[in-house]
Amino acid sequence: MKFVIAVIKPSRLEHVREALNALNVLGMTATEVKGYGRQKGHSEIYRGAEYEVHFLPKIKLEIALDDGQLDATINAIREAAGTGKIGDGKIFVLDLEQAVRIRTGESGTTAL
Amino acid sequence: MTIRKTGVFGAAFLLAVLHATAAFAQEAAAAVGEVIEVAEEVVPSIDTGNTAWMLTATALVLLMTIPGLALFYGGMVRKKNVLATIMQSFAITCLMTIIWFVVGYSIAFSDGGGFNAFMGGFSAVMHAGIGADSVQGSIPTYVFSMFQMTFAIITPALIAGAFAERMKFSAMLWFMGLWSIIVYAPIAHWVWGGGFLAQGVMTGGMPVLDFAGGTVVHINAGVAGLVAALVLGPRKGFGAVNMAPHNLTWSVTGAGLLWVGWFGFNAGSELAADGLAGAAMMNTQVAAAAAALAWMFAEWIVTKRPSVLGIITGAVAGLVAVTPASGFVNPAGALIIGIVAGVVCYYGAAHLKRMLGYDDSLDAFGVHGIGGLIGALLTGVLADAAINPLGEGASIVTQAYGVIVTIVWTAVASFVILMVIKALIGLRPSEAEEEQGLDLSLHGERVGD
Repeated sequence: MKFVIAVIKPSRLEHVREALNALNVLGMTATEVKGYGRQKGHSEIYRGAEYEVHFLPKIKLEIALDDGQLDATINAIREAAGTGKIGDGKIFVLDLEQAVRIRTGESGTTAL
Repeated sequence: MTIRKTGVFGAAFLLAVLHATAAFAQEAAAAVGEVIEVAEEVVPSIDTGNTAWMLTATALVLLMTIPGLALFYGGMVRKKNVLATIMQSFAITCLMTIIWFVVGYSIAFSDGGGFNAFMGGFSAVMHAGIGADSVQGSIPTYVFSMFQMTFAIITPALIAGAFAERMKFSAMLWFMGLWSIIVYAPIAHWVWGGGFLAQGVMTGGMPVLDFAGGTVVHINAGVAGLVAALVLGPRKGFGAVNMAPHNLTWSVTGAGLLWVGWFGFNAGSELAADGLAGAAMMNTQVAAAAAALAWMFAEWIVTKRPSVLGIITGAVAGLVAVTPASGFVNPAGALIIGIVAGVVCYYGAAHLKRMLGYDDSLDAFGVHGIGGLIGALLTGVLADAAINPLGEGASIVTQAYGVIVTIVWTAVASFVILMVIKALIGLRPSEAEEEQGLDLSLHGERVGD
């Protein structure tokens, strides 16, 4: 099993969700995060006090997958989350050792 | 000193004061009883129109503090300090109510006999000698006292803007309590209660003109705030850490309540529902709008973007500046006052402050101190006797005298009070408490996640 972490632009969340659903990847977790890679931040001025804001709002998606779904998932995320501009985000892939469905106790790929 | 000891000490002190003043009041009541019998030959009576307006104006001014100022300031601090900031406005409202009732009104508005040039006496402690039928001018004395109480409430609440995010709650209560008796009530007496500024001592009989509190409220609070900001020192991380406002929608809501409430503040200071009150209302509106736009455009030119924080602060600066002038100038004068206040206060808050390096967190001095100064001085220049005959003879020199006296007294007295409290219980929370946020460390509460 694989665990995919994708940091994407918040406005692309719905597109990514639909694209993944089309691949039969039906579950995921989304968290509001702040981050940056090469994208420049912005400055805010409050009554003369200027603050540089480097961390930009992003969405972190976490998805548990069967090995066989990995490539299709990565392509779908790139397709749906990409805008062609700096700040589109990144995808990280980890090995997933175990997954358990809490309600039934199923484990392994049947829990996905 | 632990919190418990402070509480016990505070309670004992308060009880001792109340006991002493109650005894005082009983003696004084007998004396006042005699005075009232003489006055009854004249039989002043209540004008119901004026009274209805003043009851309303009082409510409007109270709304300016709770929740107006509470929200205005609350939205401007970091999330971890919101509740602590709002608590200051609310607690001050409660504390000042009692202090004003017990002794503040008496010091400000009763006859001080031999000392009347400097302060009133204690004949009206606990409002002794005042009943439901007592009259002040054309309104019930209780209503007059209540109206003035709302001013005594908002003035210290304004100071809190200068030391936001770094003042210990217990120290703040002590400071505000002592300050209202030693600084606010006497200055109110000097300007409005028949004291030396009202008598025109040193200014050839020409009184210092302050219609609704440019000196008594704004310069007073602004300068005290500056002193407090300097004595306390800057917030931890000032200049390096992001201290941006956490919710400007609250601040805008607060600003709206302040603006509308200010009709009670300025038009209510006429103590009557008449043409001058109407003029004061018009002046208030024109100055607020002019200052808001002036600030907005000044900021737009300098930073390339007009801001919400800027426009609401500009409006408040205009309201502050027009306060002493509201019943003395005509609307054209109010327009000038607004424009000047908007530009100068923008410069003061956004640039001068940074240049001089002091941490006046929410610009109590930048807006109230500087705005009040502008208004008080321009009242001398722009007073129009056609609007208010009492403005005849107004001069910038007389106004400057009143301003300087106010600044000196409030600066010195505030400094001394702060240093005494600092020596006894300390003024700031610990570094760890400040880091964690005052909501949790001082009040054990927080706002959401």
